[in-house]
Amino acid sequence: MVGKKMLVIDQSWCKGCGICVAFCPKQALELVEEKVCLKADNECVLCGQCELRCPDYAIWLEDLEE
Amino acid sequence: MPSELVHKFMRIDHLPHIWCAGCGNGIIMRDVAVALQELIDDPESGVSREKTVIVSGIGCSSRAAGYMDFDSIHTTHGRAIAFATGIKFAHPELEVIVLTGDGDCSAIGGNHLIHAARRNIGLTVIAFNNDIYGMTGGQYSPTTPTGDVATTAPYGNFDRPFDIAQLAAGAGASFTARGSAYHARETTELIKQGIQHKGFSLIDVFSVCPTYYGRKNHKGGAVEMLAWQKENMVPASRYYAMSEEKRRDKIMVGILTHNDFPEYTQQYARLLERAKKAK
Amino acid sequence: MANKAVLMQGNEACVEGAIAAGMRFYAGYPITPSTEIAEQCALRLPQVGGRFIQMEDELASMAAVLGASATGMKAMTATSGPGFSLKQENIGYGCLAEIPCVIVDVQRSGPSTGLPTSPAQGDYMQARWGTHGDHPVIALSPSSVMETYKLIIRAFNLSEKYRTPVIFLMDEIVGHMREGIVPPDPNDLIINKRHISYRDGANKQCYAVPEGKYVPAMKPFGAGERYNITGLAHDVSGFPTNNNAVAGALYTRLMEKIDRNLDDIVRVEQTMLDDADTAVVCFGGTARAVMSAVLQAREEGMKVGMFRPITVWPFPEKQLRALLPGLKRILVVEHNYGQMVLEVRRAAAEKVPVDFLGRMDGTVISPKDILQKLRETEV
Repeated sequence: MVGKKMLVIDQSWCKGCGICVAFCPKQALELVEEKVCLKADNECVLCGQCELRCPDYAIWLEDLEE
Repeated sequence: MPSELVHKFMRIDHLPHIWCAGCGNGIIMRDVAVALQELIDDPESGVSREKTVIVSGIGCSSRAAGYMDFDSIHTTHGRAIAFATGIKFAHPELEVIVLTGDGDCSAIGGNHLIHAARRNIGLTVIAFNNDIYGMTGGQYSPTTPTGDVATTAPYGNFDRPFDIAQLAAGAGASFTARGSAYHARETTELIKQGIQHKGFSLIDVFSVCPTYYGRKNHKGGAVEMLAWQKENMVPASRYYAMSEEKRRDKIMVGILTHNDFPEYTQQYARLLERAKKAK
Repeated sequence: MANKAVLMQGNEACVEGAIAAGMRFYAGYPITPSTEIAEQCALRLPQVGGRFIQMEDELASMAAVLGASATGMKAMTATSGPGFSLKQENIGYGCLAEIPCVIVDVQRSGPSTGLPTSPAQGDYMQARWGTHGDHPVIALSPSSVMETYKLIIRAFNLSEKYRTPVIFLMDEIVGHMREGIVPPDPNDLIINKRHISYRDGANKQCYAVPEGKYVPAMKPFGAGERYNITGLAHDVSGFPTNNNAVAGALYTRLMEKIDRNLDDIVRVEQTMLDDADTAVVCFGGTARAVMSAVLQAREEGMKVGMFRPITVWPFPEKQLRALLPGLKRILVVEHNYGQMVLEVRRAAAEKVPVDFLGRMDGTVISPKDILQKLRETEV
């Protein structure tokens, strides 16, 4: 069984390019003042497309500790 | 604290990197790190962190070597493959990975690229191909498409571009492939295969330079440029399922050549045996 | 066990000496009059388990040598004037990144393609200032086949000790000369091993040196150290810096590691200078004609001696200055238009007049030419 994951964002590393926002299949992300944020309605399905293409390693999935 | 991958395989003291917002190089560098992680975690692969050396030349792409937490050497412009040849030939047990750019490996370093390919020495060359000289502010490179503008082509570039993967294949490279910043999973897989291939491997990865290429050529920013790759570049499995007519306007992401030619350092090991006997 | 005398060419002695010094990696590109060095390495290195590779060009040869040395191997390349020019950028890389190696330049006539098979010494200044930017240089120049054998060993020793490329400045005269030599017993040789350090753990200060020291220990690639080498100005951890104070400290240390060790690095041959009022200064193959002229001049009653820098860079300034009080004149003889003479004039500081005899037409300066010049300029 795959362990639970969570989305982590480090805004200090985000350069605001918008790649993760554009290619998120659920449109769950947005840029606020040029920094990535998870939208309030949290549609994130933890697919990891954002982590795959973030050129700045500012967004990723992390294993949730039990 | 960044992701486990970044924490483990990159030098976080030196991050965030110097690349512009939306630069494809960061995506490709991650692909390299993932490929190495998967190989290092697989005891069957024979790849170990201690025996992996990252070599780069000069240019935006070549800053990658300093960010990767391995033995690393950031060399002179164009000479990464020649330095790497010295490293691999001196110690064939090392896994030598060259991170280079289109200018670095196909203009100033073009001679080293074709000769390393011809020798079939076991290097893995990953070209971060962004169609422009970014570090110096946007001059046309050997891969800038004909007609595009650059600071040194204000009236449009009339040079014909190189296809780096085809160039390496033509020079005898036994493994050539094409990836893209958008196709991160496929590209990671190609890099893995390139590293595991015994002879010379070249993976030409289309990067994006929104700052000096995209915006100046009305190709948009990073998002539009990656969307272009998504639309126009097609992974091999789908590409070969397409009709020939449909393929015409598409660029294949996948392996171009894969041959089992004798590897240079293995050939040399045999020469050493002969020389010992003849002595 | 005494070795037997063998007839050897200068270029061949260069290879045999280098192998005795532990050189096991050669990358090169064919060029007259150094090609025999590549040929001999191609034959000999496989016999001792070493590596020979003919690269696609001169730049690649230099790069491959630096790459091999970074893995811990003693490495060498050889070339001549045009190739030496092509190697310069990467030689500078070796200076800044502190990668030991030996670059042999068998000088020929230039500029450009010049007279490829003719003797010349026109690369003296290139050996010092060939690569851009301020940098330290050690250059050694042999004048006989036997000396070539021994001096190339010293070139490797200095290179390892000071972590810097060493230029071995030969010329066509010595490179193509054949002489009977007795190679030294390998047990009698002093061979410097590379100063290597491992495992400084999280404290990756790979370019740090203890107080009062100038040369950091090296870490070979492939040993799990995970350190970085760059041609950019770097801090003690080996990463690029734009901090002027840090860059300044690096450049100062690089220059000082040579400047503060001149007594260890500089070697001069001084012959018949004890009572001399005239010193003939020369280097490399030119010394053959000079020595002959000095002996003839002595027969004519002139008090002449020879001052021959073996370490041609740094120039043996202290040693020449020490002679000045007893000298009435200096004659510098070189196969060029006047290069080392500039250093001699600087060192002589107008205390002693300095004459020059040079030639750059591809022929050699004969003892007669030198004797003639000595007669003309006799005070």
